[in-house]
Amino acid sequence: MNNKYLLNLIDITVSFEGFLALNKLNLNLKKGELRAVIGPNGAGKTTFLDVITGKVKPTKGEVIFKGRSLVGRKEHKIARLGIGRKFQSPRIFENLTVKENLELSVTTPKSPLNLINKSIKDDQINEIERLMKIVNLPQKGDLKAGSLSHGQKQWLEIAMLVGQKPDLMLVDEPVAGLTDEETDLTADLLKSLSGENTVVVIDHDMEFIRRLDSNVSVLNQGTVLCEGTMETIQKDQKVIDVYLGRPED
Amino acid sequence: MSLSKIKFDKKIVLSFWIILIALIIAAPTLLPVFRLNLLGRYLSLSIVALGVDLIWGYTGLLSLGQGIFFALGGYCAAMYLQITSSSEFPNNIPEFFALYGVEKLPFFWEPFRSPVFTFFAIWIIPALVAGLIGFLVFRNRIKGVYFSILTQASLLVFFNFFNGQQKLINGTNGLKTDVTQLFGQMVGSESMQRIFFWITAILVITAWFFAKWVVKGRFGNILIGIRDDEPRVRFTGYNPVIFKTIIFSIAGGLAGISGALYTVQSGIVSPQFMTVPFSIEMVIWVAVGGRGTLLGAILGAVFINYAKSLVSEALPASWMFIQGGLFILVVTALPEGVLGWIKGDGPRNLLQRFGLRRKIETYPSLEINSKEKHNE
Repeated sequence: MNNKYLLNLIDITVSFEGFLALNKLNLNLKKGELRAVIGPNGAGKTTFLDVITGKVKPTKGEVIFKGRSLVGRKEHKIARLGIGRKFQSPRIFENLTVKENLELSVTTPKSPLNLINKSIKDDQINEIERLMKIVNLPQKGDLKAGSLSHGQKQWLEIAMLVGQKPDLMLVDEPVAGLTDEETDLTADLLKSLSGENTVVVIDHDMEFIRRLDSNVSVLNQGTVLCEGTMETIQKDQKVIDVYLGRPED
Repeated sequence: MSLSKIKFDKKIVLSFWIILIALIIAAPTLLPVFRLNLLGRYLSLSIVALGVDLIWGYTGLLSLGQGIFFALGGYCAAMYLQITSSSEFPNNIPEFFALYGVEKLPFFWEPFRSPVFTFFAIWIIPALVAGLIGFLVFRNRIKGVYFSILTQASLLVFFNFFNGQQKLINGTNGLKTDVTQLFGQMVGSESMQRIFFWITAILVITAWFFAKWVVKGRFGNILIGIRDDEPRVRFTGYNPVIFKTIIFSIAGGLAGISGALYTVQSGIVSPQFMTVPFSIEMVIWVAVGGRGTLLGAILGAVFINYAKSLVSEALPASWMFIQGGLFILVVTALPEGVLGWIKGDGPRNLLQRFGLRRKIETYPSLEINSKEKHNE
């Protein structure tokens, strides 16, 4: 396997009682890359994340991350190897404060003994302050996360993701339900994170994807239909047929 | 404003402790022996309630089988007391064995000759059993209703086993402790009961502080995280199985201590401790007192049981209806329990509803800020 790739998905097939959610999907990610994944409903976008993060075990195929196979590993082990995930609807701990949410994400090692015995390290406190500034929540540290607005919850979850210091960030529909302004800010944030981190963004919002200015993979019926820049895929006849329909605007 | 509120809280806390300690010391002189004994028993029940609060209130694991661990602790204590007080009986073994023609002490009784072993067994054995059951259940990702059903089924298994083993642990009759001797004194005597009361009071406070320490900080936050969104905890890199096993084991250990204290104060341990209604009652105490509040669990256990005994004395047969009604009331009107309702500004809202207090027009924090500005 070539070393320049951080993640390889090789012939991944996921079958739910005969229904092929993913069908021989192949995808490679370079280190530091920002990649957008689009596709119509039911194309297998979320299943694709489930396979990488260990929530769903592929029926066939291999997932190689940093040269190691991920198939059959538990979710928390995969997370510790350096894969972070943001869910479609914001999944944060609503009954904890913003700070407490971030504490849980930056804490290492993630063992019970460490959590009960030791207080949080200074550099981790600094990291939390930094994260809150990045996502524009510096004043909200002691507020219950459940009282944040939808957009702020999305950002808090992104901050939690960054706090885990993952090598690979999987971001599922980060701008669903956000205002245009928030969408632009999120796009800029994700762009700034790539380079150092490898980021995969799944979304429907074409304006948002365009703004990311990244390579795009189009999924359809559980397999990769086409890959390339936004311009290339928009001209691709197959993509136009299944997804874009007629050209936008 | 906020500063004076903190001072106010501190004063309340301090006076609370002074009153509490005074009451504990004075209780044996203030209360008749019968009432003191009841209070001691109910206080010991509050320790098992603390455990229920840790696993259910904080971690979201509704166990209907805490009676297992409660009874195990009780049996450990009773076996020690029986065996140390059996010197005048045939074969130097507890009296009941003679009824079934048993002449040799069953092997698992042997270690209970040692007070040191018993001291540790009372909480370690229930904690280990809970840890083992918990690990197997949590590893297989059994949760929610299935977890509750499974714990209740385990309870029935333990009940039937203990109930049927006359030759090992006197089966359905249980083990009596009130006529046994401890340090040369009769366990059921007034002076011993007074000491047990004080030990119970101290252990309730210790258990309370221990539980507070467990849920403080990031460990407690992970428990809350598991309750609210377990997959998120997993994808953040934590293994929920370990955390759930630890907290279930802690709750089991607390149940064991509780059962031992309850046994020595009620004078007997029997498979009745492992009946289904009793374990469900434990959940009701916590639900009424307030899930996730710790203090609510203690108060719920003591007050409901005290009410139970008072009501049962006045109107026998009516308690079950009252308890059922109380549970329905709490579930529908006070889902956070009484203490949760108080903490959540419930009384203020109630007064507002009857027009006895000015309504807050915006958010509470904004109200406070605007007042401060006026003062300036």
